[in-house]
Amino acid sequence: MPFIPHTEEDIRAMLDRIGAESVEDLFDEIPADLRSPPLTGIPEGENEMGITRLMQERAAKDGMPSNFIGAGAYEHHIPAAVWQIATRGEFYSAYTPYQAEASQGTLQLIYEYQTMISRLTGMEVSNASLYDGASALAEAVLMAVRVNRRSKAKRVLLPGALHPDYRKVVRTLIGNQGIELVELPFDETTGQTPVDALAPYADEDVTAMVISQPNFFGILEDVDALTGWAEERGIPVIAVVNPVSLALLKPPGEWGTNGVDIVVGEGQPLGAPLSSGGPYFGFMTTLKKHIRQMPGRIVGRAEDADGKPGFVLTLQAREQHIRRSKATSNICTNQGLVVTAATIHMSMLGDEGLTRVAEACYANTHALVEKLAAKGIKPRFTGEYFHEVALDFGGNAASRVQTMADAGVLAGFELGRDYAQLDGCVLACATETKTESDLEQYVTTWEQAA
Amino acid sequence: MSTTDAYLIFERSRAGRSAVAQAPREHAATRIPANLQRKSAPGLPAASELDVVRHYTRLSQKNFSIDTEFYPLGSCTMKYNPRACNSLAMLPGFLNRHPHAPASHSQGFLQTMFELQEMLKEVTGMKDVSLAPMAGAQGEYTGVAMIRAYHDARGDTERREIIVPDAAHGTNPATAIMCGYEVREIPTDETGDVDIEALKAAVGPQTAGIMLTNPSTVGVFERRISEIAKIVHDAGGLLYYDGANLNAILGKVRPGDMGFDVIHMNLHKTFSTPHGGGGPGSGAVGVSERLLPFMPIPHVIEAEQGGYRFAEESDRPQSIGRLSAFAGNAGVLLRAYVYMRMLGREGMVRVSEFSTLNANYLARELAAAGFDLAYPKRRATHEFIVTLKKQAKERGLTAGDVAKRLLDHGYHAPTTYFPLLVPECLLVEPTETESKETLDGFVEAMACILAESENDMETIKSAPHTLPNRRFNEVAAAKALDVVFQPADEGDDSAPRTGTHG
Repeated sequence: MPFIPHTEEDIRAMLDRIGAESVEDLFDEIPADLRSPPLTGIPEGENEMGITRLMQERAAKDGMPSNFIGAGAYEHHIPAAVWQIATRGEFYSAYTPYQAEASQGTLQLIYEYQTMISRLTGMEVSNASLYDGASALAEAVLMAVRVNRRSKAKRVLLPGALHPDYRKVVRTLIGNQGIELVELPFDETTGQTPVDALAPYADEDVTAMVISQPNFFGILEDVDALTGWAEERGIPVIAVVNPVSLALLKPPGEWGTNGVDIVVGEGQPLGAPLSSGGPYFGFMTTLKKHIRQMPGRIVGRAEDADGKPGFVLTLQAREQHIRRSKATSNICTNQGLVVTAATIHMSMLGDEGLTRVAEACYANTHALVEKLAAKGIKPRFTGEYFHEVALDFGGNAASRVQTMADAGVLAGFELGRDYAQLDGCVLACATETKTESDLEQYVTTWEQAA
Repeated sequence: MSTTDAYLIFERSRAGRSAVAQAPREHAATRIPANLQRKSAPGLPAASELDVVRHYTRLSQKNFSIDTEFYPLGSCTMKYNPRACNSLAMLPGFLNRHPHAPASHSQGFLQTMFELQEMLKEVTGMKDVSLAPMAGAQGEYTGVAMIRAYHDARGDTERREIIVPDAAHGTNPATAIMCGYEVREIPTDETGDVDIEALKAAVGPQTAGIMLTNPSTVGVFERRISEIAKIVHDAGGLLYYDGANLNAILGKVRPGDMGFDVIHMNLHKTFSTPHGGGGPGSGAVGVSERLLPFMPIPHVIEAEQGGYRFAEESDRPQSIGRLSAFAGNAGVLLRAYVYMRMLGREGMVRVSEFSTLNANYLARELAAAGFDLAYPKRRATHEFIVTLKKQAKERGLTAGDVAKRLLDHGYHAPTTYFPLLVPECLLVEPTETESKETLDGFVEAMACILAESENDMETIKSAPHTLPNRRFNEVAAAKALDVVFQPADEGDDSAPRTGTHG
């Protein structure tokens, strides 16, 4: 029997020991009228050869188009060693490190991860990760409300230029907490969130403010000015950042005068494949003074009975399995395996590798824009951008994007889905994986799709 | 092991060393405005590819895992994770698919997800299934948020309470609070079932619903589940099923037939996707007819013009909304699909039969070896509880002691001190993929520890002795918090001085 090791003799001997006639007897406490019908809707079992054939066919069916879509999930090269090591059975098939002595591998790795992500974001402490970037932002909003006890309004400012699906996830996850979410407009020319947009709230009770760098349109925000506005009023700032961009961009820990309070983001660009949207991981870093309000697991260094150093899960009194209804969040697991990959990925790239990746992304996207400009396609916004850009495709954008897809190029994310005023605009991203001929192919298919 | 194994990757770093084979060629400097640029390097490790590979391979060897040890962690279903599930989910076509790829380039993936939804509907008896939640706890949130949306949509807004048994997982009350509810706890009776009289007294016009695990967290089947469902439904409340223990009843009894309105499944337990050192999980949610309009998005449906597509906001205006930036933990879902297809309908039933056989056999053998079962008159389900109340009182042998000493015998510990209502408890879940020899070996180790406790308590109290570390001082660690490496302590000043040490 697949994955069941029992022989006929084993079954007989075990039932004898239990004092049961048959395995069926072991279910005699389940009322007869509740018993399940036969599961006819599930196919008969496949062997490994059969399922391999089927999955290969399914995977091949979706083709391998040249992908220029970003919109929160980015195509990067992942060194071969990353997932080969991450999927070693000792990482892959272990569980949450409750027994610290038997989990030092996972615990030390998470401690190293916490160090790397804290350094990258310029913050003091990190947790062991959350589910993804969007849900990490929702947790950060809840955390900021706990941190800012002085504020009575429970009002949080969110930029309209923040990823629209992040805004939706925040609404879903904090919807029952009596928190008011206020959307800040963006400048339709530059694509930035102007400091002027904050004017109506200058003398209002604001609990926290979110800044996205780069924002959803790939545009670089004036983070010092925005953070400075909040600092003057004692409003905690939550930064949403792309970790790859931080090889080049000022880390949130240095924004404004003293830096932000909480940093979150999507960890996917650090070694997680696109994989249809998951599993990824959300990262969260903060200041040491806020650590007791931070959700999720945290690993700390400890000494054992012999005085030998090692690592344990720490500050567990914040968590659901101890505090139950008074926990900081209901979160239980983190995204351990993806964090394992990310830690190996960051170690493999180092400062030099990550900087080169970020520079190549920047260079390729800017090169694509130049090539398209020669054909009359302009960026929709005038602001500086990192590795993603809103291109004005004009009236027939939707059919053009589909025609390009059919020719093997995914041109980008159609902004009209979420922004009526940006109908006809396509958000495109050319990462380090793109070659000169990939960029040429984009331009050619665009022309042919006219 | 040599002392160098304790080194952090940062301590292996040497300025000027790198794994440049992994980096793209150099590009011209960017035109990013100076005031937005980073001034100093982040301080990631500077290591060769071999340094990195060796460091993390060595670290992995310090873990217990299913692939290396018996791991009878109760309530976690640590069964074998078939390797094909991993390799097939990592086929290039699946790995490279962007979440926003058009439907024309997604039919292979979408069909697979649709079929997974259909199979999960069949084994749970629910009307529809959402694959969106990224973990069990998020599945719980989704379920309770739908209960709230249902009551709110009917204008039934006075229902403020969620009932939770005292044996419930900590996530249950924490979830109810996140959904804006108050929690009312009810006790468990001496046979392990919900105290029906207490339930009757607890329900009323304020009841939004009840969250139940069945089999319960004490390892027995809730026999009066139909009566419980009637009591809660008659009061106008809905029933939430925590699927942590679904492994015990696969193909035997379905939550939908027991009267549950909404359930979550832990695909990383019942459907054998990896636990990965604590995630990623997947908390697929099933609903009854009345909750269909409130299901989260996106959700795979059959497209009008044939094939499949994602349902979005416009398809489901009453949806509780989105739970993740994209479509949940797709890679985990692919692994669960492969697992279910390999097992097939006959394999589903084997899961519950052999996990139950193993648990009942192991319970019987441990009882014979001198251990007390918490519920000796009941059938074990896929797991059971041993209580060391007597031994703790007689000679100070605690559940924690047994857990640590088991590590020396090469077994991961069962779950300890959960559920909280049984003193000095070990919650043991052997799963169906373990052989009789493994179970016999575990009983031998347990008997050995019991015998040792009669004449050499010191060895037990100071266990483990054979692992990289002895027991930790966790209290001191929480006080002198060190969660980020601080190079100043180690005399390496190549890295920037961020982080904390106190």
